[in-house]
Amino acid sequence: MTTEQGRGRGEETFSGAYGKGRKTQPNAAAEAVSAAALAVILGWAVWRPRGWPEAVAAVPAAAVVIATGAISAHDAGAAARRLGPVIGFLAAVLVLAELCDGEGLFRACGAWLARTAAGQPKRLLAEVFVLASVTTAVLSLDATVVLLTPVVFATAARLEMRARPHLYACTHLSNSASLLLPVSNLTNLLAFAASGLAFGRFAGLMALPWLTVIGTEYLVFRRFFAADLEPQTVGRSAEGGGGGRPAGVPVVALAVLAGTLAGFVITSAVGVSPAWAALAGAAVLAGRALAQRRTSVTALVRAADAPFLLFVLGLGIVVQAVTGNGLGGALRPLVPAGTTLPALLGTAALAAALANVINNLPAVLVLLPLAAPAGAGAVLAVLVGVNIGPNLTYTGSLATLLWRRVLRQHGSGPSLWEFTRLGLLTVPAGLVIAVLSLWAALHVIGG
Amino acid sequence: MTDTEGAVVVWITEGTWRGCVDAALRLAPPGDPVLLLYVTPAEFAETAHAAYLGLFGRGRPERDPGPRVAELAGVSAGELLTAAADRLGRPCQRVERRGLPEREVVTAAADAALLIVARDGDRSRLGPKSLGKAARFVVDHAPCPVLVVWPGTAPGVGTIPPPPRERPRERPHERPHERPHEGPHEGPHKPPHPPRPALYLTESVISLTQPCK
Repeated sequence: MTTEQGRGRGEETFSGAYGKGRKTQPNAAAEAVSAAALAVILGWAVWRPRGWPEAVAAVPAAAVVIATGAISAHDAGAAARRLGPVIGFLAAVLVLAELCDGEGLFRACGAWLARTAAGQPKRLLAEVFVLASVTTAVLSLDATVVLLTPVVFATAARLEMRARPHLYACTHLSNSASLLLPVSNLTNLLAFAASGLAFGRFAGLMALPWLTVIGTEYLVFRRFFAADLEPQTVGRSAEGGGGGRPAGVPVVALAVLAGTLAGFVITSAVGVSPAWAALAGAAVLAGRALAQRRTSVTALVRAADAPFLLFVLGLGIVVQAVTGNGLGGALRPLVPAGTTLPALLGTAALAAALANVINNLPAVLVLLPLAAPAGAGAVLAVLVGVNIGPNLTYTGSLATLLWRRVLRQHGSGPSLWEFTRLGLLTVPAGLVIAVLSLWAALHVIGG
Repeated sequence: MTDTEGAVVVWITEGTWRGCVDAALRLAPPGDPVLLLYVTPAEFAETAHAAYLGLFGRGRPERDPGPRVAELAGVSAGELLTAAADRLGRPCQRVERRGLPEREVVTAAADAALLIVARDGDRSRLGPKSLGKAARFVVDHAPCPVLVVWPGTAPGVGTIPPPPRERPRERPHERPHERPHEGPHEGPHKPPHPPRPALYLTESVISLTQPCK
């Protein structure tokens, strides 16, 4: 019966959030304008002419759909109000991750890896799995890709180990280990805001899928990279630790992170947005870094990545215009109703496919309003699909990969087939296992 | 530009390079040029860059981990080549290339007198798997003689499984009439092989390494 309650709650939340968009009548001209605007945003994000940020295309595109009436100013305002808190939450998490790096958290991770895994490539892989999974879950996938990956690579090189398995582990886990918490991935933040789930409940439902997907990845990696993980006959030891400087345990950063995590659960339980907990954590570390003159206000503002936040806002408005004018109706029959196991599997598969066609962020924006009426279980199944699906190709989406190849910006690298083979081994298995785990969790905990 | 003509080219790879350098010390005649070659796989920086690309909408080139990984790989390559040169202890050329390792090695060794590579596969067992994909490619395609060495101690002859035709002897009562013919050197009393040297010379190398001696 808890599932039914969850369903009711999800529907309630979404009827308010997306109801107006869904009621819009299909309109061919408006849909054409909206689809063209979305195509421009996606194309820009992949091609990135002159290296300009994606917001340069997304903000005018949103203005065009509003100006042409493809989405009413009222609906656009509602979308902006809905996305605003999510974007604020995201900004706080991005700044928090950057400040943790400033506190030496990732340098300490590298030193720990070097100290404990010298001469043992299999152990290094296991430890990289733990670090990448926890980093992704707590500080979001951006932190794993941008901050942890170079540290892991440097450590493997320093230990004279082949870097491939460890590097690929970071890449894969930045996606597949982003299931656990609402803060792990922007897709999760969007779903979390829309699902009506409390922070703790979200994490409780996703804990088993998170663990089983990581376990699946680990087993595949151990087999796939068996030759690269041969024990070393002679290897370099951990001399130098953290790049020559001894790295101590970053106690303050760890304490603030622990406090922030507890804050997420507490704020959410008492009905306050957990974004405030992220903001408080970031504020504590920012105050400390400013006092020690390790950072500047300008650097903090840059860490919040305003162009990215604007891009998310513009994309959200354009996607709502696209779904409201026909795409939503066209896709609705494809989204399985209910939270039975086959329905969850179908939802996750559709989400994974769509994430590969138009990238995961637009995919989750398109699918959320369609899945939400079926309940929190269906929303989480969408997340399973859009978070694991991008591992199929190494650019995170087939679309990006193909476009890049067409544009010859990014080569048909020799590693391409290797990475795709790894994706084919992990993604379908991961999807099925994660959905099975989610289904079990929904039955035990209740949606 | 590097001059590999007539040189002994030593392919340096993580964890296994010491065996190759030691082989060069034993086999390259004093005075002959030795070239230490390390290839940084381009896929490292590419993969890190692609992962950033996969983060949709984060178009800030200064946060892209690809260039940082490329830089770290360059530093690591330099350190590895320095360590290898120290172990060799005689004048040598150090070369770092970037790309697909097996292809870069084959290209770099085109005019070499000898190319020394280590087994890079699953070395816990003998046979084809002890050569990984890259070394397999190099052995198959290198235009020069190739010396394949075990990075550590070579497994003893006793670890070689019996040839398939001898296996029926384990079950002598089953279909004895199908037992294959045993040649004079394949019977149960064949003389033991001499201990396997730590270096394993491929057939082509044995004749072609003569100029080195």
